Amino acid sequence: MTTAEILWNTLAAILTLCVFSFLIKDNPLYKFTERLVAGVAAGYWTMLIYHTNFTDKVILTMQNRQLAYIIPILLGLAMWTRFSKNYSWISRYPIAFYIGISTGVSIPVYMYTSVFKQISATMVPFDLTYAGINNIIVVIAVLCALFYFFFSKEHTGTFGVISKIGIYTLMIGFGAGFGMTVMGRVALLVQRVIFLKDYFIALKNYFVA
Amino acid sequence: MKKQIPIYFVLISGIVMLIQYFVPSEESEWLFTYANDWVIVVGIFALALGIWSLLRTEFKKLKNPKEAFYAGTLLFGYFIMVFTGLKREWLEAGHLHMDLFNNILIPIQATIFALLAFYVASAAYRAFRARTALATILLLTAFIIMLRLIPLGPISEVNQTAVGWILAVPNMAAKRAITIGVGLGAIATCIKIILGIERTYMGHD
Repeated sequence: MTTAEILWNTLAAILTLCVFSFLIKDNPLYKFTERLVAGVAAGYWTMLIYHTNFTDKVILTMQNRQLAYIIPILLGLAMWTRFSKNYSWISRYPIAFYIGISTGVSIPVYMYTSVFKQISATMVPFDLTYAGINNIIVVIAVLCALFYFFFSKEHTGTFGVISKIGIYTLMIGFGAGFGMTVMGRVALLVQRVIFLKDYFIALKNYFVA
Repeated sequence: MKKQIPIYFVLISGIVMLIQYFVPSEESEWLFTYANDWVIVVGIFALALGIWSLLRTEFKKLKNPKEAFYAGTLLFGYFIMVFTGLKREWLEAGHLHMDLFNNILIPIQATIFALLAFYVASAAYRAFRARTALATILLLTAFIIMLRLIPLGPISEVNQTAVGWILAVPNMAAKRAITIGVGLGAIATCIKIILGIERTYMGHD
């Protein structure tokens, strides 16, 4: 490792240990790291968005005299009236515009991706093979879980039995999700520990060499 | 003027954007492209507002001796990233901006997420006491899934098969049901917003 790499890794290792210090209890080292990462992240996104979206969609459009972009720029500037007590109501116009466009675009997208696509992936042709039986189980489980979400009817009798199967299905889903999340976090932990181990070995080699 | 016009704004823009999806023409594509760009432009100014609000709060905290150090840390982190990223080419690998990103942001974020492993385990200990049939099912499923990456000798293959089945069948069914439910809920909320039934986004006077 070069001297520069050792220095950068030292910074990363110190910050990693500062975050791990939270395991003992909340302390100034953790608070320092927490605030530092908030500032660095805000600064990173500020410059990234400035150099990509702001430059392309505000500065360049104005330089190229694309006058249609004056409307969203004025609406965007109207957002800043939020700081004024008397004129903060003006900021509702850009918010309304943003919300209106976003909701209008979202309805068909949700309908296609979250409803139609899911239903068509569930309702595949049945047969009596291993995969086919699994498909039948998936269809029954999806229907039972959807029945569980139907709260306009009391969950008693046959409906209660169906919704009970639904909640068992959901619990298996939550359990699987939980297991996967834990494994993901543990994998990250292992990665950080390996980083620290590699860093200390590299540091020792650097000074020995 | 203060409340009615924004509601009409939402109604008209929402319905227009909904209709354009079902009208395949050059005009509707043009409208979709411009509307999306306009939303991005408005979003950029909203983001700037958020950054301004953050800086204003932190600068105020500088006056308080108890909070000054942490506020100063945040401002230092922010401005160092801004100054090191002033030119577009400085955002590429090999420049100070990206070195700071790779050696401050990435390790801290990864470690914070890694830290959650301990807290998730501690929460699981409390939540996973198999008191009911439902909790037992959740516990068993999570346990089988977590054993997936551990070498278990002769039962490894059985466990892999069980994990594969759980993920592909009941887990898939649960995720699909949740996705369909979330989708229908989101559509209902969008319709409520467009029709002016849901107005919380407007805030209060």
